[in-house]
Amino acid sequence: MLNMFTHARRMAGRALVGAAALALAGGGVASAQETIKVGVLHSLSGTMAISETTLKDTVLFMVQEQNAAGGVLGKKLEAVVVDPASNWPLFAEKARELIAKEKVAVVFGCWTSVSRKSVLPVFKELNSILFYPVQYEGEESERNVFYTGAAPNQQAIPAVDYLMENEGVQRWVLAGTDYVYPRTTNKILEAYLKSKGVKSEDIMINYTPFGHSDWQTIVADIKKFGSAGKKTAVVSTINGDANVPFYKELGNQGIKATDIPVVAFSVGEEELAGIDTKPLVGHLAAWNYFQSVDVPENAAFIKKWQAFTKNDKRVTNDPMEATVIGFNMWVKAVEKAGTTDADKVIDALIGVTVPNLSGGFSAMMPNHHITKPVLIGEIKEDGQFDIVEQTPGLIVAEEWSPYLEGSKDLIADWRKPLSCGNFNVKTGKCGGAGQ
Amino acid sequence: MTSRARLFRFARLLCALALLCAAAPFGRAAAQDAGAPDISAPLAQLTTNKYDDTEAALGALALSGSPAAAGIVTALAEGKLVFGGTPPRLFIQGEAGALLDPLTLQPVAEAPAVKPVRVNNRVRRAIDAANGALSLVSPDAGKRREAALAVGRSRDEAALPALEAALAKESDPKVKSAMNLARASILIGKEGITPAERIAAVELVGAEGNQDALAILRSVPDSAAPEVKQAAADAIAGIERNLALWGMAQNVWYGLSLGSVLLLAAIGLAITFGVMGVINMAHGEMVMLGAYTTFVVQEVIRTSYPGLFDVSLLIAIPLAFVFTGLIGVLIERTVIRFLYGRALETLLATWGISLILQQAIRTIFGPTNREVGAPSWMSGSFEIGQLAITSGRLWIIVFSLLVFFALLATLRLTRIGLEMRAVTQNRRMAASMGIRTNWVDAMTFGLGSGIAGMAGVALSQIDNVSPNLGQSYIIDSFLVVVFGGVGNLWGTLVGAMTLGVANKLLEPYAGAVLGKIALLVIVILFIQKRPRGLFALKGRSIEA
Repeated sequence: MLNMFTHARRMAGRALVGAAALALAGGGVASAQETIKVGVLHSLSGTMAISETTLKDTVLFMVQEQNAAGGVLGKKLEAVVVDPASNWPLFAEKARELIAKEKVAVVFGCWTSVSRKSVLPVFKELNSILFYPVQYEGEESERNVFYTGAAPNQQAIPAVDYLMENEGVQRWVLAGTDYVYPRTTNKILEAYLKSKGVKSEDIMINYTPFGHSDWQTIVADIKKFGSAGKKTAVVSTINGDANVPFYKELGNQGIKATDIPVVAFSVGEEELAGIDTKPLVGHLAAWNYFQSVDVPENAAFIKKWQAFTKNDKRVTNDPMEATVIGFNMWVKAVEKAGTTDADKVIDALIGVTVPNLSGGFSAMMPNHHITKPVLIGEIKEDGQFDIVEQTPGLIVAEEWSPYLEGSKDLIADWRKPLSCGNFNVKTGKCGGAGQ
Repeated sequence: MTSRARLFRFARLLCALALLCAAAPFGRAAAQDAGAPDISAPLAQLTTNKYDDTEAALGALALSGSPAAAGIVTALAEGKLVFGGTPPRLFIQGEAGALLDPLTLQPVAEAPAVKPVRVNNRVRRAIDAANGALSLVSPDAGKRREAALAVGRSRDEAALPALEAALAKESDPKVKSAMNLARASILIGKEGITPAERIAAVELVGAEGNQDALAILRSVPDSAAPEVKQAAADAIAGIERNLALWGMAQNVWYGLSLGSVLLLAAIGLAITFGVMGVINMAHGEMVMLGAYTTFVVQEVIRTSYPGLFDVSLLIAIPLAFVFTGLIGVLIERTVIRFLYGRALETLLATWGISLILQQAIRTIFGPTNREVGAPSWMSGSFEIGQLAITSGRLWIIVFSLLVFFALLATLRLTRIGLEMRAVTQNRRMAASMGIRTNWVDAMTFGLGSGIAGMAGVALSQIDNVSPNLGQSYIIDSFLVVVFGGVGNLWGTLVGAMTLGVANKLLEPYAGAVLGKIALLVIVILFIQKRPRGLFALKGRSIEA
């Protein structure tokens, strides 16, 4: 039965995309020679549309801005938008369509790790470039992919440090949705906490299915775990949709941020827009960007973005900033290389530095990840974040976590002559464990 | 700052207050003679807008004995303490944004641009501590009780003198028992008291019988006399036994609550699938439409009639019923009536309808979650014994049962109900008796859809209001209807409650993921054994 549904959905998706392609082809005939095509691979329907639609709009916004500034290499940019419909195999199909048929120079896309893994072989085979803008579990570095979201050490570990130092937390609940990002992040965090002297009985790990909506038992368990006399905090890797009922239940059971603070890695301004935030005041989130960052660059960006979307309440968030950084890096690298040829751009990208929206600069490192500041924010009544802590400098991504057995000896360096995403420093061989 | 330093500060504050209380008759007169104490230093500290300074200033303010202190602390808690100008000055933002002097509460002549003093969790705790300490001597009995509970939670030995001073003057029995309990909580861990005193404290705390008492009892020092340890161990064992029983009851309550949600989600399907036999994949989207109706109603109320917010759900329920009911009739008339008896085509067609509805909502309202607020009577929780009951969940259980019995009454007692039963039991016979079967089909489908819409109003209170809302309930709904017995409303009720309770009893042992899998396996095995579910309809009706 399920097969039939996917099939039906795929057919519907194909029909839609076909129509979209026709429309695009019709409009683009005259200028086909002078444009550089930019692919956008974000779900516009299905479960992930809630998060990914904004990123599609962001790329369209950046393309418009860049064209207004004269385009790239004297040519206009043209966005090609496809809808992989939150369907992982369809992501690969759509990626192939973008690269092989539409001949895009670069693709901005994916949100979930499983969608990224699904398109990887396509990007390798057809040798194209993917910019991936979402915080993720690390343990990967590919030649064709540039990761502009945070690795665990650029989000999770500074957040835990903040709670330890500023809130004196000694007992930890690691709560997450049951898939690869929370599982890997929690494994890293567990190892990190133990290295800091936290005992096993002071760590509670809990996983829930996607879209979990009945949190009564788990919140009661957290409350029980937190009443052992030591300061307790929840580190939440709960995925988007399940957060609203989770926070509602916390509010219902009277757990306040001053008693048991929750620090979340997947809750940003967009997610909070759907919740009554009054009971959540004081709960935390760790990101590399908040809309409330008080610098002129950010204010200017928000103003232009709200004008573009014709909505003066439209919020900005961290994956948007990562998309913006990735886009600007690609433009700069293309101009540096003087061509959109994938091999040359991939080499040119390493070392490119562009301003981020929190008043500093982010650089593309040889491991294809970028340097980022880490910000800790407390939820305010208006659904924005009050930034309570900011790392003094930029943090370099650890794509292979030093806290995991399989990956602690691995490094990634895509500069010649090493050109390897998983070089094992112990054996001195490329393609060590972890792959 | 470490928690020890924070405790120390809190202790200092309480000591100072104890002195204040002790010297109250003289102190008040003296303060008046000498004029209000000088608090310019902490006020200046507040304008630096650094958390450390704010926290220190709060401590100093509470110690100062200034009559303005309480007002300033309250203003800070409410985000109305602002600063601005050069050099920076502190103001309290009054009604209509007017800036008041924090000491005199008189409006200031010239108002500079101001920013609120920032607050984080640490500062919020300091505010609570300052408020708690200030209110041990508050004239309001409720506040004194709160303060005593706060002191009991902090279990700080240095607070003992202040607490005992307050206790000696206390006349309200409720406040007195709270203060006694707080005192006992502190004494249990204190060095240098007699075993008899400690045993008395253990007994007092043990009588509370809750989770907090357990944590306190576990802190009896190792140096305590053996008879004290024995008393504590007995009390702990007693509480644990007691809590295990309450825990079971709590799980059953959670189960009923989950069951009521399942019931709400499934009850509309019990009509469209159970009674009519339409495999209705768009059922979840009807629930979603109901939730969005609630959102629209609340939006209108927010912008035009803010006073009606508390009854927004009551307004939304009939509107959601009518709206989704009409959509249901429309779907039946335009699509489903051509597909009766062709299960596979119906399944695909309704699946398509569900995708269309989802994408339509996504286009109109956007892909992100919409905020549906909870009216005040649905917020908060209360306790019966050790059983924590949240008001929202309680109302959802009540609502689901109301809907169930209303539906049952409609089918049993009304003419349209009679016709529905007649048509589903024997269509040709019903037609020959003069019943317009086409019209009854449309009404039945409309009724099922309308009920799904009403369920959406309730589910908007506990789940995301997003285009995907319906998808998460469709599988569970079919599970409940099939498990309960197709075509039997009582089966749906019992099935939903059974699945809810079983799920919640399994969850503590197996975890949420495994619990759900285990439940599915159990249901599959059950269906193997009894293919027609819990309450199988007997006779010919099912084949009609």
